[in-house]
Amino acid sequence: MPVRDAGTARVWQRRERAQQLAIWACYLLAGMTFVLCWNLVSEKTIWAFVWDAHNQAGDLAARMVPPRWDYMEQLWWPIWDTLNIATLGTFMALVFAVPVAFFAARNTTPSRFLLRPIALFFIVSSRSINSLIWALMLVANLGPGVLAGIIAIGLRSIGFCAKLLYEAIEEIDEGQVEAIRATGASGPQVLAYGVLPQIMPAFAGITVFRWDINIRESTVLGLVGAGGIGLQLNASITNLAWTQVSLILLVIIATVVVSEWISAKIRHAII
Amino acid sequence: MADLASAAGRRWHKPPLIKSPLLRWGLGLGVALYLAFAFGTTEVNWERVADGIPRGVRFISAFFPPDFVSRWDEIVDGIAESLWMTVISTVVGIALSVPIGLGAARNLAPRPVYYFCRGVLAVSRSFQEIIIAIFCVKLFGFGPFAGFVTLSFATIGFYGKLLAEDIEDMDPAQAEAVRATGAGWFQWLNYAVQPQVLPRMIGLGLYRLDINFRESAVVGIVGAGGIGATLTTAFDRYEFGSAAAILLIIIAIVMAVEYTSGYVRKWVQ
Repeated sequence: MPVRDAGTARVWQRRERAQQLAIWACYLLAGMTFVLCWNLVSEKTIWAFVWDAHNQAGDLAARMVPPRWDYMEQLWWPIWDTLNIATLGTFMALVFAVPVAFFAARNTTPSRFLLRPIALFFIVSSRSINSLIWALMLVANLGPGVLAGIIAIGLRSIGFCAKLLYEAIEEIDEGQVEAIRATGASGPQVLAYGVLPQIMPAFAGITVFRWDINIRESTVLGLVGAGGIGLQLNASITNLAWTQVSLILLVIIATVVVSEWISAKIRHAII
Repeated sequence: MADLASAAGRRWHKPPLIKSPLLRWGLGLGVALYLAFAFGTTEVNWERVADGIPRGVRFISAFFPPDFVSRWDEIVDGIAESLWMTVISTVVGIALSVPIGLGAARNLAPRPVYYFCRGVLAVSRSFQEIIIAIFCVKLFGFGPFAGFVTLSFATIGFYGKLLAEDIEDMDPAQAEAVRATGAGWFQWLNYAVQPQVLPRMIGLGLYRLDINFRESAVVGIVGAGGIGATLTTAFDRYEFGSAAAILLIIIAIVMAVEYTSGYVRKWVQ
């Protein structure tokens, strides 16, 4: 037990001296990195604007209330588009994610040295690029519209769904697969009767989880022109129509809360 | 023998995933209806899409090889800015989320504090980073400071919620044992609560660092600093070679951060 002699008494300490010093050294290093980074950011900041922020905030808040409720009529259609982008994008992601996941899982991949690394690279590149950046690329190529949004959401979700799915596949019970194989089932039959029933609950859970995230993400895709309610948000901000902006933000919160509630209900029913 | 033959003639069927046939067919019909309706109402300008295909081919071919050279200085600047922003926003975000997370833990905080902190977390979590970024740019001007505030705010929602849940799940026996020694509130926090949640929280902090870097690549699109601004500019000028280079650098850094953070997490736990 680490103790320190303080004259006559022996005082309990939490750690040995060397350990404590090492921890302090780590804190010092972290503190120095932080200060360095802070200085670099501070150099690029115009502090006059920052100190003025509370005035700006007050001004903005005053302009945003009350929300322009009658603007709601023009929002139903974009909301429908937003829901479609999220849902169809999730569908598209699932169609591609399932084969990719089977290629990426160690126990189902047809070739460990060729297809598995390719599938893993697919997953990583899809995951590391945000859907907004995917949308930016697609809008530059396919033109603005809902289609670019759907594909952007789809491409972003493939990696996410495939990653969770292949982890689920790797965790299945091999005994069941072997039992099916022992009946003389062919490769696809083993997948259909041995593997698939085991991952179905995970699959459904992942789908609903990703759909919920996609609803959030599809609300902002319009900022780069990829359809949905983000288009209205962008237009209202550029026109400085702040009463419309506040209404759109309320609508977005409501949509997100409802979708979260639905997905929680469904996940509760499955698991 | 007739029995056996008729038994052999019967085929086994896999039990369906959803037992109730009404629900099963209803769900299928609902999905089909929705798909028909969704595709019917989605407006796609196919001519424009067809026009875009040659451009798309040009974009993909820009990856072979990507153009690192002509915008190198801007790219380095943008990446560096993203990294600084990531570090300080993660540190500040976590520092701020500790008191809020403590307040949002049901077994620690009095009711009014609990509801207040949960409210803060809910607001922070329900908006996309990019929407917060738009407002921060409005308030603080263009540049990395707006991005820093955005990412810190988003970090509070993520980290505070997980911290609160972890504290709610802790072992009450240990907490009671420390309290029984006569420890004060801060001593209790330091010796009973913190050791129980720390390993997982270090892991989550690294995970958040990872997320913040990814997001820092996006907030630049609305003017909040970082590599996103460079990327948008490259797209706006149709400089696909530079855009490809930036994307590859982002992927490489995200992979590097993910692997190191995964390694450190394993080492901590």
